[in-house]
Amino acid sequence: MTELLAMDGHGVYVWSAYGLSLLGLIVVGAWPLASMRMLVRRLRRRNRIAARDQAASAPGDES
Amino acid sequence: MSLLAAQFGRDLLLGLRTRADAANPLVFFVLATLLLGLGTGGAGAELGDLAPGAIWVLALFANMLGVEGMFRRDAEDGTLTQLLLHARPLFPALIGKLAANWLICGAPVLVLGPGAALVLGGSSNGLGTLALSLLLGTPALTLLGAIGAALTVNTGRGGLLALVLVLPFTVPVLVFGAGASMAAAGGASAAFPLLMLGALLAAALTGAPFAVGKALAIAEEG
Amino acid sequence: MGIWGWLKHKYHRAGSPRWFFAGSKGWMVGLYIFGAALILIGSVWGLGFVPPERYQGESSRILFVHVPAVSLAQTIYIAIAVAGLVFLVWRMKMADLFIQAVAPIGMVMTAAGLATGAIWGMPTWGTGWVWDARIISTLVLLLLFFGLMALREAVPNPDRGARAVALLAVVGVVNIPIIQYSVEWFATLHQPESITIGQRPTIAAVYLWPLGINALGYYCFAAGAAIAALRVRILHAESGTEWVREWVRGGDE
Repeated sequence: MTELLAMDGHGVYVWSAYGLSLLGLIVVGAWPLASMRMLVRRLRRRNRIAARDQAASAPGDES
Repeated sequence: MSLLAAQFGRDLLLGLRTRADAANPLVFFVLATLLLGLGTGGAGAELGDLAPGAIWVLALFANMLGVEGMFRRDAEDGTLTQLLLHARPLFPALIGKLAANWLICGAPVLVLGPGAALVLGGSSNGLGTLALSLLLGTPALTLLGAIGAALTVNTGRGGLLALVLVLPFTVPVLVFGAGASMAAAGGASAAFPLLMLGALLAAALTGAPFAVGKALAIAEEG
Repeated sequence: MGIWGWLKHKYHRAGSPRWFFAGSKGWMVGLYIFGAALILIGSVWGLGFVPPERYQGESSRILFVHVPAVSLAQTIYIAIAVAGLVFLVWRMKMADLFIQAVAPIGMVMTAAGLATGAIWGMPTWGTGWVWDARIISTLVLLLLFFGLMALREAVPNPDRGARAVALLAVVGVVNIPIIQYSVEWFATLHQPESITIGQRPTIAAVYLWPLGINALGYYCFAAGAAIAALRVRILHAESGTEWVREWVRGGDE
């Protein structure tokens, strides 16, 4: 195990390269999923507001 | 042909009337040379060896600065719209515009460049090759820079953005231009890079005006 | 009809954002999972089950994450240029949405390729940067990606920005071989003798397996991410339409 981590003295280089690559892949993979959630949330809110406005402007619906 | 000549004459006249604008890239070139010398401790042997390459980098920047705004005034006063509507074909009119721009901002560097190389302590060897490489290279830079100028016209930004877009494309011109003048300064043959510069100029001359025309059409359509 | 008719049919279907959106979720999830699994297999294989290379030792294992990233980045730029041409000629909306979706992926992959290359260079050449043709052109590629994204942000009118970006991508792909050629010439002049990369004509078969698996994994994972990003762009672009309102109400993410 320690042998695998040390990599004959090159461990720092190998593991940091793999770590950076993993980071890049996570950014690439998670970014669209996160922005999808945000966009859907925003569209939902917009829908709700539109529905409420419609209800409020409907005649005979004043409280 | 008359379209080319008319556009060339108009742009040359306009450029020379706004003297300060026309002189800015050249003043920039002189200033940058001065600062380069000051920043590296004056004309030493090391800087002298690098002078042709350094001159090429400064010439590239000066050229780009002279080109990046070349369509801005025409876009603001509506001349550009007229040009796109009436110049048929557009190609000669664009060449005329670019030639005028190069004559004002690019050509003086042919004289200033070798002088600046001497100021920086470069050897007098190969100054002719430096001038020749600038003669072949700077028109290609003007053509490439015009693509960036056309893409950023009407964006309200231009400037640095045009440079960032186009500088990657200038890599070959710089490599062969600086390569030729460095080789000549070192006493080696500069034939191959000079031939490549000529090829690049021919390619830019045939390709770039179409990209510029398309970019201007996009900018004016929206 | 025949194959041409079938292709034309597919082209028109693919050009419909709504159709793409409806049919792409399964592909997205599948490619994400398949790609991630391949990358896991390839990386474990490359890290633990392959002998170290004779000259470079253990750090040669960086190959398995470096090469796929750079190769993917180059492929993405070419794909962007093709999409740009399609957008300029046929004004196909999906082509522009595709460019928007994959440009950030390409930029991250180019940066990852440069970073892993620099890390690899430290033990191998004793420096993170050499004036080698491939390194220079990868840096230029990063700048080209950056230019595409900066131009889109700068143009106030989105439609005009889309066309300007498409044109820039096409101009870029024409220039790439010329840039490549010039930096190769530059590198032959300036490269010190001790450094010989690019002179590795054959790569031992043991390394091909993890490399191939990782490369395929990178491509699949990026395809999944591209579809996911394309879905976001479609939803955004079509947010005023009835089908999007319907879909959002459906509550299915």
